[in-house]
Amino acid sequence: MNCVVNRVMHRALMTAFLGAGLFGNAGPAAAAERLVASLTHHRVMITSNYTGGELVLFGTVERDAATPARNGPYDIVATVTGPRETLRTRRKQRVLGIWVNTEAHTFVDPPSYLAVLASRPLDAIANAEIRRRLQLGIADTPFPELIHNDIGEVSNDPFRAALLQLMQERGLYSEEPNGVTFLTPTLFRAAISLPAEVPIGTYIVDVKLFADGNLIAHTNSAFEIAKVGFEQFVVNAARNHGLLYGLATALMALCTGWIASVAFRRD
Amino acid sequence: MQIFLPIADIPVNVFLVFAMGLAVGFISGMFGIGGGFLMTPLLIFIGVQPAVAVASVTTHVAASSFSGAIAYWRRNAIDVTLALTLLAGGIVGTAGGVALFTWLRALDQLDLMIGLSYVTLLGIVGLLMVGESARAIVRGLMGRPAILRRPGSHAWFLGLPLKLRFKRSKIYASAIPVLAIGLIIGFLGAVMGIGGGFLLVPMLIYLLRVPTATVIGTSMVLTFLTMLSATVLHAATNHLVDAVLALILMVGGVIGAQFGAHAGARIRGEWLRLLLGLLVLAVGSRFAFQLVLRPDDLYSIRVIGCAP
Repeated sequence: MNCVVNRVMHRALMTAFLGAGLFGNAGPAAAAERLVASLTHHRVMITSNYTGGELVLFGTVERDAATPARNGPYDIVATVTGPRETLRTRRKQRVLGIWVNTEAHTFVDPPSYLAVLASRPLDAIANAEIRRRLQLGIADTPFPELIHNDIGEVSNDPFRAALLQLMQERGLYSEEPNGVTFLTPTLFRAAISLPAEVPIGTYIVDVKLFADGNLIAHTNSAFEIAKVGFEQFVVNAARNHGLLYGLATALMALCTGWIASVAFRRD
Repeated sequence: MQIFLPIADIPVNVFLVFAMGLAVGFISGMFGIGGGFLMTPLLIFIGVQPAVAVASVTTHVAASSFSGAIAYWRRNAIDVTLALTLLAGGIVGTAGGVALFTWLRALDQLDLMIGLSYVTLLGIVGLLMVGESARAIVRGLMGRPAILRRPGSHAWFLGLPLKLRFKRSKIYASAIPVLAIGLIIGFLGAVMGIGGGFLLVPMLIYLLRVPTATVIGTSMVLTFLTMLSATVLHAATNHLVDAVLALILMVGGVIGAQFGAHAGARIRGEWLRLLLGLLVLAVGSRFAFQLVLRPDDLYSIRVIGCAP
């Protein structure tokens, strides 16, 4: 099921992130590296023959004369976050011999798509404290739950583990420690793969540059996944004009039935 | 050739879905039923969410029963008064079924309810059919004549008030049982994604004493009208009808039904009923196993809303 993105908000977001992507980010200090990144395309169209897709993120680390020397290589962590939607994870239990959904936890607005691509394993890039502070990687991404009208994190929650597991099985969540490749010491690329059942909406790509275990620059970009043409028309009609859509579908059934009875008339 | 289904939100192979339409259409044409009880499980099996499968199959059944109803109309084998009385109950039942469907979905219990209804209903109907047809076959083999229905044995509920004359079927009976049957069929159809022909035909024959000349045609008209209203109601309330999926299914279905009807005409009635009964039982046991066996994954996810 997809979330229909508020068009106005969505446009503003796109402009903001595309702008940020173009101009990069100055980073914490004036003499530090500049990170410039962009995507091969900013719009993925879901047409009737869509079965999944791939986008490429590429970028470069710009240094100038004042940039201090680094001891180790550069590291990149790119986090792709899809539109957020509220999910319910349900657990089955045996009741009177049959398996029934008995318990459910509601997760408030987790991303419907989450891909963490890094140039090395995350624990080699930054220490646990920094990873936690920057919410780096799936394990350090917060998944707030609804608990009696309150929202909070539940530690060691089996429902959270199950959510991550199921989303990974569907290809919607992924963490790839070698998802970012450095072509030269400063030029990198990363492939973002999109499964077939990808939710539509705005996806934010957050790119962080690390050196010597510290964050030294970051930049954002964004892309949009949209159903276009006939697909979009059908979804839009079904969601926003349910009754009319139903009547049109019913009419389609009548026409098919009638055509069949004429075509195969035997008397 | 893969095609992305806009509402089911998954890519499927067009030829696979079309072949499923053909196969179910063939069986439905052979037995004179809508085939919803086979199509809904098949769709769930290839990965369509149960809710979308139920809602989309109503459209498919509407199309196939409409072409069937037209054929019976030409032969003047439809009791319009009876069909319309059944429909009055059917519409109320359908609305109730769609409401229950929406409510159970919110409670995370829709899939369970669909499973349980299939097991119960298909189990009972399948056993009755197999038993009845097996007895008929044994009687035939032993050379004894079939036991004919005793004429004039009226059930008490036919004598209730609100009597109506159903001219084409030559019965004079209370409208109350007729409305009740329509209600049950409409309700089950909306919840389970079935036209209910395999239930309605025996009910009309054994409970209302409708003659065989008008029973199938009348049943087809009711199936067609309740499934048509279920399509509109499911689309308007749950937004789950996948028109693309339904179109592929119905095109396959109406073609398959033509071949099925030819094949069905060559098989003796009781053997046909035995086959149908076994098929019904097979589908029912498939659901039973699913309910009883430990699932591969105890956890499942459902999207319940969008971020503000």
